Amino acid sequence: MATRGFTGRRPPEATRERLPPGQYLTEDFPVLQLGPTPRIDLATWRFTLRDGAKPLKSWSWEAFEALPRTTWQGDIHCVTKWSKFDTAWEGVTVDDILADAGVAAPTEFALAEGYDDYTTNVPVADLRGGRAMVATRYAGAPIPPDHGGPARLLVPHLYFWKSAKWVNGLRFTKKDEAGFWELRGYHMYGDPWREQRFTGD
Amino acid sequence: MTERAALRWQEAEIAAIEPVTGRVRSFRFRVDFAERFRPGQHVDVRLTAPDGYQAQRSYSIASAPDASGTIELMIEHLDEGEVSGFFASVAEVGDRIELRGPIGGSFVWTGRDAGPLLLVGGGSGVVPLLAMLRHRDAAAPDVRALLLYSARTRSEMIAREELEARARDEPGFTLMLALTREPGGRRIDRARIDAALGALGAPAHAFVCGSNPFVSAASDLLLDAGVPPGVIRTERFGG
Repeated sequence: MATRGFTGRRPPEATRERLPPGQYLTEDFPVLQLGPTPRIDLATWRFTLRDGAKPLKSWSWEAFEALPRTTWQGDIHCVTKWSKFDTAWEGVTVDDILADAGVAAPTEFALAEGYDDYTTNVPVADLRGGRAMVATRYAGAPIPPDHGGPARLLVPHLYFWKSAKWVNGLRFTKKDEAGFWELRGYHMYGDPWREQRFTGD
Repeated sequence: MTERAALRWQEAEIAAIEPVTGRVRSFRFRVDFAERFRPGQHVDVRLTAPDGYQAQRSYSIASAPDASGTIELMIEHLDEGEVSGFFASVAEVGDRIELRGPIGGSFVWTGRDAGPLLLVGGGSGVVPLLAMLRHRDAAAPDVRALLLYSARTRSEMIAREELEARARDEPGFTLMLALTREPGGRRIDRARIDAALGALGAPAHAFVCGSNPFVSAASDLLLDAGVPPGVIRTERFGG
């Protein structure tokens, strides 16, 4: 159904090819989160890998920063409709985290957990093969707290609510368990190119 | 609460349009969920050009759930706004607009959530807070509530007359204004937050909505004033 009188302002062709359906390009970096930015002390920061309730390995900030570093540059897409191009991140891939823990992923699903008690589910296949990292730097500097610093998950091929801010752990789960937003009507997988915003999309 | 039912697009007729401020217009849309949403939730609106090009935006619901068969959105005309520009100058009563909702399960308050209820809004960030205040009046008038509302000028205040009338007529509701560009105006600072907390008491729920910098500053002030992080819910727009 065409909307009476709406013509729209189309982005240039080069931009349009990079925009998933329903998205618009922003030059800013909007902030979306449930509550206030948590106050996190690097001296007590931990990142913990768990198989269900069982801890597999835990890293201090210093130990985590000593892991192999990977950079990623590309486009990110938020379910609230903005996309941002050419963002530059640096961090530790989930592959390298697993390698340092000396384990293979014990299940096919995972929940990322944040300092603000946020959770979001991602299939392990989407975390492996260099497709996801725990990022600690953005645009060449430590990630600002409003954008999830000191460390956030980065799964850039999914809507950005999957890239949990202030991440402090990854918990492997036997089945695909819904996280915070997924329990509230958001899509279990969240592929922006298939416009999987909400349940049923 | 789990809400795993599919969210379907529906064609919503514009039932009424009213000016709110110089840049904000109120739209009443006929929808099938006017009685079953929670104050603070939003909807997605999708406009389609004749060639199939589409643009989507999210807007908070300003009305409380009721039997009117309609919801109210208050849409601010942003400079260069592709969708807000359409609503500012093209949309008319009787137009059918694609819309889906209600969306969002975090920034919500119902009468059952009780109080005291602290609301902090900047600019058009007051819209979802207005839905909460309207719902409080209808469903939980005994809950104490305070709105700390920052706008640039009195004339840019959304629902100014309604808010002032509520503050006058509704026991337990207090309105505090921070008009930043009026003579002697001031931003929300620690003293204002302390005054609000002093008047209300420790909030069971605090909702902060506005621009990105506004929400960052206001939620940091609430933390500094001792409000526990788990009590504070935020919603930001702009970008």
